[in-house]
Amino acid sequence: MTGFADAAREELRNPQLRRNLRKATTTIRAKRAAVVGEVDEWEALRDAGENVKQRAMADLATHLEQLEASVTRAGGTVHWARDAAEACAIVARLTRAAGSDEVIKVKSMATDEIGLNDALALQGITAHETDLAELIVQLADGDRPSHILVPAIHRNRSEIRDLFRATLPDAATVSDDPRDLAEAARRYLREKFLSVKVGVSGANFAVAETGTVGVVESEGNGRMCTTLPDTLITVMGIEKVLPTFADLGIMLELLPRSSTGERMNPYTSLWTGVTPGDGPQDFHLVLLDAGRTATLADPVGRDALHCIRCSACLNVCPVFERTGGHAYGSTYPGPIGAILTPQLSELKSGTDLPWASSLCGACYEVCPVKIDIPSILVHLRGRVIRETGGHKGESLAMEALARTFAHRRRYEAAQKAARLGALPLSKDGRIERRLPGPLKGWTAVRDLPAPPKQSFRDWWRENRG
Amino acid sequence: MEVALFITCVNDTLFPQTGRATVELLERLGCTVRFPLEQTCCGQIHGNSGYGHQALPLVRRFVKAFGEYEHVVCPSGSCAAMVHEQYERLARESGDMGLLREVEALVPRVHEVSLFITDVLGVEDVGAYYPHRVTYHPTCHALRIEQVGDAPLRLLRAVRGIDLVELPQATTCCGFGGTFAVKNAETSAAMLSDKLAAVQQTGAEVCTALDNSCLMHIGGGLSRIQAGARPVHLVEILSSVEGA
Repeated sequence: MTGFADAAREELRNPQLRRNLRKATTTIRAKRAAVVGEVDEWEALRDAGENVKQRAMADLATHLEQLEASVTRAGGTVHWARDAAEACAIVARLTRAAGSDEVIKVKSMATDEIGLNDALALQGITAHETDLAELIVQLADGDRPSHILVPAIHRNRSEIRDLFRATLPDAATVSDDPRDLAEAARRYLREKFLSVKVGVSGANFAVAETGTVGVVESEGNGRMCTTLPDTLITVMGIEKVLPTFADLGIMLELLPRSSTGERMNPYTSLWTGVTPGDGPQDFHLVLLDAGRTATLADPVGRDALHCIRCSACLNVCPVFERTGGHAYGSTYPGPIGAILTPQLSELKSGTDLPWASSLCGACYEVCPVKIDIPSILVHLRGRVIRETGGHKGESLAMEALARTFAHRRRYEAAQKAARLGALPLSKDGRIERRLPGPLKGWTAVRDLPAPPKQSFRDWWRENRG
Repeated sequence: MEVALFITCVNDTLFPQTGRATVELLERLGCTVRFPLEQTCCGQIHGNSGYGHQALPLVRRFVKAFGEYEHVVCPSGSCAAMVHEQYERLARESGDMGLLREVEALVPRVHEVSLFITDVLGVEDVGAYYPHRVTYHPTCHALRIEQVGDAPLRLLRAVRGIDLVELPQATTCCGFGGTFAVKNAETSAAMLSDKLAAVQQTGAEVCTALDNSCLMHIGGGLSRIQAGARPVHLVEILSSVEGA
């Protein structure tokens, strides 16, 4: 797998992507700022959200066992999956048991994370994405979502028109008008909603005390998937559990304003087990660990599990706005992806992502549950270096620098050496050349100031000392 | 009032004019400035890059150099932020409770320079004269960790002769980010190009900020594209007087 820096270099060369990202993130930032600005007690609400998540995580095992008991009491069945493979196998087995070789899917990060669609395909089961953007990504063979909320943010409408014409039945003459495109997708999806017997969803939240599971969405296609099929299988990361129903209220205030920049999202579907004669008569909740317990063991990094997948941090991130989501090489891109991906993989992948940030802190400012992303990024940089050995050259350079700074004489000698070393390269106080080595990237687009004749401390000794 | 100047290694080595300006400005405002020569680097490079354990000796060094002073003033938002945000954690992780106590006592006495002037000295008009078109870039750590708010703008607005123009998308990061500018050079360059465009859009001849490391990045870009605008640290504007 190529690292972030190389992947980003490729993405940055795509003017269409840059334009799409700038337009989309600028629009949604403004929408979020407007609806957050009208809530006087927004900061208190964020504190409440953070508190809910801290309570949930502090006693996770208890809440999960309570959730299992509540769901079971309400007529559902709970399954525990240690990792992606176990979760996929459970969904495949349940689909087969329901006598189906197709599933319709609600947009879900957890099922993207575990690669469910590919795993089902290997078992001969076809998964149909029903979220419009997820459908677009799925129809474009080999494409991947690039944003948590807006998975097809990297595509424009003429690309989507061409894709629909080539892949959807009866769409050979569709135009690039968004209404036409939505209509073509609707005709295709309605048939699936009415014929496929198994629905698969993720969950934004699940309430331990009642066993209620919830999905928050805009299109209504999610509601189709959670109500029309005979069987509903929900795959949920264990960190999504909320202790009480009142906690859900806080989250439903925070999420839409942070996510789509709406006061309230169009569709909030809540279901508790099975209701005779209404909706799916067979409900399964798959509780997914996949690195979450390991993440919980890190007292600093664990706060990443508080994430409610609103994507506000992506939309304000100056790195994400330029590279897009694909550069992160993960289901979870942007600032939250940079702290989740390496932790969920137990530092087996995405270990360069903690460096894919200038530590500007814009993400922390907007996070509805106050995850201190910059501090966790710094913390994870340290863990990656300690636990995977890091970069030998850099670590030697840092050590040398630390030794230099540890003694005044060495430090002052280094100042002189820097001045002398830069002399042959400087002109008019500047280094305008492109230098090799670690300064290559810097001098490719920027000049460097040459160290001046007199350091500050020399001036001080001469004038004030 | 006696203040110790925490100059930062970047300013000491590359931007002595910022140090001189800070001394002159604080003296003009009635302070007696001290400069503990034992200071070197606050350890931000190590702390932010994942080498926090190597920053620890620098934390001890900082405490030794500045521990005796009532006020420590720093002309860098990010170095002040390093002290404010990471020192207590590093001291606590070291298990040295004596060091932790010393750090806890010292950290609140360390001030980013613009906040020191507005909040400790209680001054907004520092008597400066600067007849140039200037735009202000709020650096991320000054803005989001030091929480300088509009203190720098209040100081600039009081400067005589200044033509202060607002920077579009001002609070967006310029793309410096320490080693980020080297490790993710292309992404950093993409962020820089948007910042340069914003600076040029203002028609300013001077782009000012509270951190010379960010200004080195913005200024290096401005100079490379011959933009006709230059970086100047905010204290250098505040220290300028008529006839000087």
